[in-house]
Amino acid sequence: MRGLPDGILAFVKRDCPTCTLVAPVLAELAARGVPLTVYTQDDPDFPPGVSARVDDRALERSWRLGIEAVPTLVRVESGKELERIVGWVREEWEAFTGQPGLGRGLPAYRPGCGSRSVEPGVAEQLAVRFGAARLRARRIELAEQEDAWESAWERGWSDGLPVVPPTPGRVLAMLEGTRRAPDEVVGVIPPDLVECSVEKVAINAVLAGCKPEYLPVVLAAVEAACRDAFCMHGLLATTWFSGPMIVVNGPVRRAIGMNAGVNALGQGNRANATIGRALQLVIRNVGGGKPGGVDRATLGQPGKYTFCFAEDEEGSPWEPLSVERGFAPGVSTVTLFAAGGVQGILDQLSRTPESLAASFAACLRTVTHPKFPVATDAFLVVSPEHARVFREAGWSKARLRQELAGRLLLDGKEIVRGAGGIAEGFPESFAGAQLPKFRAGGLQIVHAGGRAGLFSAIIPGWPASGPLGSDPVSVEVRA
Amino acid sequence: MSEPRILLDPTGERRPARRARAPRLPDLKGRTIGLLDISKARGDVFLDRLEQRLGEAGAKVERFRKPTFTRVAPVDLRQEIATRCDAVIEALAD
Repeated sequence: MRGLPDGILAFVKRDCPTCTLVAPVLAELAARGVPLTVYTQDDPDFPPGVSARVDDRALERSWRLGIEAVPTLVRVESGKELERIVGWVREEWEAFTGQPGLGRGLPAYRPGCGSRSVEPGVAEQLAVRFGAARLRARRIELAEQEDAWESAWERGWSDGLPVVPPTPGRVLAMLEGTRRAPDEVVGVIPPDLVECSVEKVAINAVLAGCKPEYLPVVLAAVEAACRDAFCMHGLLATTWFSGPMIVVNGPVRRAIGMNAGVNALGQGNRANATIGRALQLVIRNVGGGKPGGVDRATLGQPGKYTFCFAEDEEGSPWEPLSVERGFAPGVSTVTLFAAGGVQGILDQLSRTPESLAASFAACLRTVTHPKFPVATDAFLVVSPEHARVFREAGWSKARLRQELAGRLLLDGKEIVRGAGGIAEGFPESFAGAQLPKFRAGGLQIVHAGGRAGLFSAIIPGWPASGPLGSDPVSVEVRA
Repeated sequence: MSEPRILLDPTGERRPARRARAPRLPDLKGRTIGLLDISKARGDVFLDRLEQRLGEAGAKVERFRKPTFTRVAPVDLRQEIATRCDAVIEALAD
């Protein structure tokens, strides 16, 4: 398509009463010698009395300029748009064109109508027809009898559940969810170490079933997974259960309708379910990390389909995880953690923080193995009914953590090989030592869950936690 | 809506290069064999035994160690092994 002509561009359609109303004004402008080009969306003979008329029934110019209503006047100089006005407001048109006395006898103001290029169904078709050229991914043409859903599965793109066929239209719609350019590199995805563009993330977000507004969260999660500290390659390759878990903080949680309440760690919320799945599909498809290939998990865990939830910040007695990790309040973030499966804590009788902390500590001690200190990080997800006990007693998160640390010093005699009649354990040389269950910074505490139920949850990590393996990584969610 | 006929490839679209294997060593006598410990528990037990066996076969042994088993070997380490050794044995463990 050629560049824009200089002067004033008017976008109209005969079907619009306001355009019909101002048709004589456009003819008058042309007659006065104003450099006017009219793009007509439905009838190439409209408006009469204007010679510089362009047939835009294909709507390409309207689509490319993002025309939302007609009439729209656009001023162009040296091929660049300077400004635009929408609808008919006599004073505005006079100022815009520099022509006084326009449309005598017409009402002073009439709103415009919707542009044909934004009609439902049309907008999506135009995006594919004119916008697909900016996509770089290989295009795969399906045979006539080929079923798109089955074909995606047969090509190995699925985690075992159905995926949404990534058509150009769906991918373009997905890309509307971010301001980042489709060819921007988000990270290098293990294990194949492939540079991954925003477009590839968008394609996998389509497969996963995401809505476009989830894309910034998925992009942040992919970025976090690619940080060296997260050690995604090792996490994928390990025989252990872990996979990436995503905790979302900040305003984006509500903006995209995430669940931090009833069944927060479970199924049923589209954002929670598909964001976690999109990250897994990026690793599978872009990075080439597949079970039985580089993924060597002995048993794995169901959270490797998807594991993503939001923190209930509003109901929490404590500062959100993101703030604890150095982000300003009100900033949206994802925090990735190398997570195993969920382990429940039942305590329906503790009414003092001391008793409840002792319960938590007893359960936390079992992470990986009751005889294993230091190795494995964990997340403690405190539910509202348990959090109430700490709120009412005025316990900060730091206080709870301190209390837990005090109760989670493991006695060397109990953890050495053979102790308790269990061969597993540490070498005899540790018998005189006292070792913390969690390394410094190895226990994260967040608040989520439904209002009923005196239960909390432990999400154990990977025994290779910390600098030699995986550290939790937080990344800001950017539009 | 009619069924979509074009899908966009979600994969890395990688085309792996095919490379020939390095030539096999005809024998071990006088050769330098690298033993790479990936830093997993008891990998050293296995490699100590290998070192002994290789020594008996007349090979010279150089020992190397990855900083952590959770990450791939650093480029420098791979480079060092490639320049100093005729062959390398990487030990898994557990």
